[in-house]
Amino acid sequence: MLALLVLLPIAAFLALLCGAPARLTAIGAAALNLTLALVAACSWHCSSWAFSVPVLAKPAINLAFGFPDGMSVVMVLLTAIVTLAAVLSGKAPAGRETLYFGSSLLLSGGALGAFAATDLFFFYAFHELALLPTFLMIGILGRGERRAAAWKITIYLGLGSIVLLAGLVWLANLTGTFDMGKMAAAAGNIDPAAQKAIAALLLVGFGTLVSLFPFHSWAAPAYASAPAPIAMLHAGVLKKFGLYGLLRLAIPLVPDGLQVWLNPLLLLLLGNILWVGYVTVSQKRLDLLLGNSSVMHMGYIFLAIAALIAMPDNPLARSAAIVLMFAHGISIALLFDLTDRIERSTGSLEMADLGGLAKATPALAFMFGIAAMASIGLPGLANFAGEVLVFLAAFKSYTGTAGLAPVQLACIASIWGVVISAVYMLRAYRNIFQGPAVNLTATAPDLALSDRAAALLLIVTLFAVGLYPNLLLNLLK
Amino acid sequence: MPAYYLEALTVTLGIALLMAEAFVPSRDKGWVGIAAALGLTVILGLTCLAIGPAAKPAAAWAHWPLWNFYAFDGLARFYKIFALLCTILVLLMAVDYRQILARFTDHPGSQAGTGEYHALPVFACAGMMWMASARDLAGAFVALELVTITFYILVAYMRRNVGSLEAGVKYLILGALSTGFLVYGIAWIYGATGTLSLPGIGELIGNAGASSDPINRTALLFGVALVMVGLGFKMGAVPMQVWIPDVYQGAPTPTTAFLSVGSKAAGFILTLRFLEPFLASELTRGPVLALLLILACATLLFGNLAAIPQTNFKRLLAYSSIAHAGFLLLALAAWQPLAAELSSAKVVSFYLATYLLMTLGVFFVLAQVRIQRDGESIADFNGLGKTNPPLALALTVLLAALAGLPLTAGFIGKFFVFCLAVQAHLWWALAIATIAAGAGFYYYFKVIRAMWWTPPATDTPLRLPPLSATCIAILTIAVLLFGIWPQPIWMLLNQ
Repeated sequence: MLALLVLLPIAAFLALLCGAPARLTAIGAAALNLTLALVAACSWHCSSWAFSVPVLAKPAINLAFGFPDGMSVVMVLLTAIVTLAAVLSGKAPAGRETLYFGSSLLLSGGALGAFAATDLFFFYAFHELALLPTFLMIGILGRGERRAAAWKITIYLGLGSIVLLAGLVWLANLTGTFDMGKMAAAAGNIDPAAQKAIAALLLVGFGTLVSLFPFHSWAAPAYASAPAPIAMLHAGVLKKFGLYGLLRLAIPLVPDGLQVWLNPLLLLLLGNILWVGYVTVSQKRLDLLLGNSSVMHMGYIFLAIAALIAMPDNPLARSAAIVLMFAHGISIALLFDLTDRIERSTGSLEMADLGGLAKATPALAFMFGIAAMASIGLPGLANFAGEVLVFLAAFKSYTGTAGLAPVQLACIASIWGVVISAVYMLRAYRNIFQGPAVNLTATAPDLALSDRAAALLLIVTLFAVGLYPNLLLNLLK
Repeated sequence: MPAYYLEALTVTLGIALLMAEAFVPSRDKGWVGIAAALGLTVILGLTCLAIGPAAKPAAAWAHWPLWNFYAFDGLARFYKIFALLCTILVLLMAVDYRQILARFTDHPGSQAGTGEYHALPVFACAGMMWMASARDLAGAFVALELVTITFYILVAYMRRNVGSLEAGVKYLILGALSTGFLVYGIAWIYGATGTLSLPGIGELIGNAGASSDPINRTALLFGVALVMVGLGFKMGAVPMQVWIPDVYQGAPTPTTAFLSVGSKAAGFILTLRFLEPFLASELTRGPVLALLLILACATLLFGNLAAIPQTNFKRLLAYSSIAHAGFLLLALAAWQPLAAELSSAKVVSFYLATYLLMTLGVFFVLAQVRIQRDGESIADFNGLGKTNPPLALALTVLLAALAGLPLTAGFIGKFFVFCLAVQAHLWWALAIATIAAGAGFYYYFKVIRAMWWTPPATDTPLRLPPLSATCIAILTIAVLLFGIWPQPIWMLLNQ
C-alpha cells in the first residue's frame, strides 16, 4: 500500500510527460495522496502498509517501504500536506506547466520515498531523486541570481550527499545489511572508534543537507531564487530528510560516537540560531530573510537532537524534534507561498519598496500575520508546541546537583533566538503590511480562491497541531 | 555448441563482410553496418547455446589442447555478451555517422571509402571475445593485438582530417610502446615461472613455499609490473592515460565510443584474468594490491580533477572514462576473491555493464550533435532543453547516471565499489573516491546546466534519425531500469 503512496506522484509525473493536463493531474494526485496519507496515519500499525520487493538477491537489497514508527508517519503526512498546498497555489509561467508541476510531483515522490523507505539503499536514493528537480528548477525557472544559486546548491548538496553516502556504506558494512530494521538490531556491535568516525560523517553529511552551520550558505540564496513550490517543498519537506536521517540512523546506531561530537554540535547549532539569526535581522529582501530564518530554525531541532544525544532515554527530545520538524515544515511552506503571492501582486520583495499592503490585500496580510506568528512561536500555533518541547527536553537531564550541562547552557543561549526571530519577523511585517500605502501596494490584488485554499490548508494544520499537539504526539508514542 | 565457435563465426562474419563490401556495387554503405550488426546479433543469441568442455566431457572437442588457451566460464560468457553488445551499438552509431566519415575519406560526397569502417569493428569484437576467455599469456597477447591493430585503423580512419590522423599517430606510437612493455613483462614472468599458462602460474606460486625450486619473487613482480603497464594503457590508468584525451577527441565518434567502452572492458577482463593467480597467492598479493591501490588513487584524482576545466564534451568524456577506470581499479585494489558474495570481479563486471549503457547512450547523442551542429563542445548543447526536450531529458538521465546519481544504474556500480573499499578498509582511497565522485557531479552537471539553463544559439531543433532515437531511448530506459532493479545483470554474472 505504501508503495502506492510513493509511486502515485511519480506516476503522475510520467502522465504529465505523456501530455496529461499539468495542473489538474498534479492537484488530483496530491489530493489523492493526502487522503492516502491521512488513512495511513489512522491505521499505520496495520501490517498491510508494508511493502517489499527484492531488487537484488545477494547482497540483499529490497525496494521496501513501511512505517517502522510514528516518525515516518508524521513525515509522510507533512509531505502530503505541503505537496497539495504547493501544487494548489503554484502558478506556472506560460508554456512551462509540465516542467513546473512535474518537478513538484517528482520532488514530492522522492521525499515520500525517502521517508517511507525501510531499506538504506532506497532511503538514500529517493532523497537524491528529489534533489535533481530542485537543482534544475532553480536553474531554469528561478528568480534573480538563479544560476549562481542553483550551482551553489548543486555543489553543496552533492558533496554533502557523498559524505553521507560514505557514512551510510560504512554503517551497512559494519551491520552487514541494508535493511534498516535489521541494522537497528545489530546496533550494539559497532566498535567505538568506528562509531566516532561514522558519527562525524553522518553529522557533516546530514548536517549539510539540513544547512547546519557552517554548511548553510547554500540555503538562503537557493530558497530566495527557487520557484514557490520548489522552495515550499524543499525548505518545508525535503530539508527535514537530514534530521530524519539523524534520528532514524545516527541516534540508534552510533550513540557513543555522537556523544564525542556533542559539544562541537552544540557550538554549531548556536551558530545556526545566533549567528544566522543576526544575519537574518540584517536582510533587506523578504525572500532572503525567510531563507535565512529557515536555516536559523534548524538550530532548535538540532538542539532537540543534542538533548537526545546527551540523554539517550530522554522521553521528550525525540517527540520535540519531530513536532518541531512538522511545525516548521508547515509554517515555512506557508511563508514561502505567501511571499510568492506578495511578489505576484506587487512585483517586489524589497522591504524598503513596500508598505501598507494590508489595506489592499487584507486576506494576504491576515494569513501572512498568522504565518509570521507561527514562525516566532506564538502559543496556539504548532511551532510553539515544538519549541517548548525542545526547551523542556534540553532541561530534562538537569538534576540541580551537577550544575548546568553544556546542553542546558546552549538551550539558555538559544532562547535569545526567539527574541531575534520576533525582531525580524515583526519588522518585516511592519515594513510590508503596515504604514501608508505606496505606489506598488496601493492597487495590489488580493488572494485568489485557490491561493486561499492552499494557505488555509496549512493554517488549519498549524492551529490543529498548536492547539492539540497530541494529534502528533499520539502517533509518536 | 563448443564456445570457440563464437569467435570463429565472428571472424568469418568480418571476412565475409569485407568481401561483400568490395564486390557489391552500392553507393550507400549503410547496409554493411546493418548487416554486421544483424550478424553479431545472431552470434549474441548463440552465446546462450555455447558450452565449455566441462558441460560435455564426452565430446571429442572437449579434449582438444585448445582448452589450455581458452576458458569458458560465467565471466567469459558475460564479457563475450558485453563485447558483442558494445560492437552492435557502435556499428549502429556508425551507420548514422557515415556522412561525416564520407566527408573525410575517399571523395567528399561519396561513401566509397566508408565500407570497411563497418567491417573492422567485427574483428575487434572477435579479439575482445577471445580476451574474455584468455587462459594463457601468449593467447591473450595475440587477442589483445588483434584488438589494438584494428583500432589503429579505426582511429585514423578519417584520413583527410588532421585531428583524426594526429590521433592515429599518437595511438600507434603509444600503443606500440605499451605492447613492448607487455611482451617484455610476459617474458619476465615466463623466465621466473617457466610457464605462460595462467592456471599453471597460479599453481606454481600457490605452493611456492613447498617447492624445492624457489621462484625469484623480484623477477616475477617486475614482470607483473611491466604487464600492468601494458594493460594500464588499455584500461586508461594513470600514468598510462596520456594518449586518451587527444585520441578520443580526434578519432571518429563511434571509434571513441568503442575505445572507451569495448577496449576498456577488454583491458579489465584481461587484467582480472591475469591478476587472479597473483592475488590468490600470499607470495605476490601484497605488492600487487599496493600497485593497484596507487594506480586507482592516481587515476581517480587525475581523471576527475582534469575533467573539471574541459569545455569540449568529447574531451570531457575522455577524462570521464579515465575517472571511471579509477573506480574500477579501486574495486580491484579492494580485492575480494571470486567466491565472495560481493567479489571484485563481479563488481567490476557490473560497473562495466552499467558503464556501457550510459557511455554509449551519451555517445549516440554526441554523434548526432556532431553531425547536426558540426561541433563537439559543451556550448553546442546549449538550450537543448528548449529545442528538443525529450533528448535533453534522456541526456540528463545518462549524465546523472555517469555522475552516480541514485536510482540510475551508475549509482549501483559506484555503490558497490564504495562497499568493497569499506570492506577492505581503504580509508584514504575512499576519501579520494569521495572527492572524485564530488568532482564528477560538477563536470557532468556542467553539461546538464548548459542544456537547461542556457538559451539555445540557433532555433533549428536537433532531429534524431529513427535508428539513433531508438538506441538512445532503449539505453536510457535500461539505465533507469537497472538503477532500480539490478538483478538481471547480477544474475547474468552469477551464472
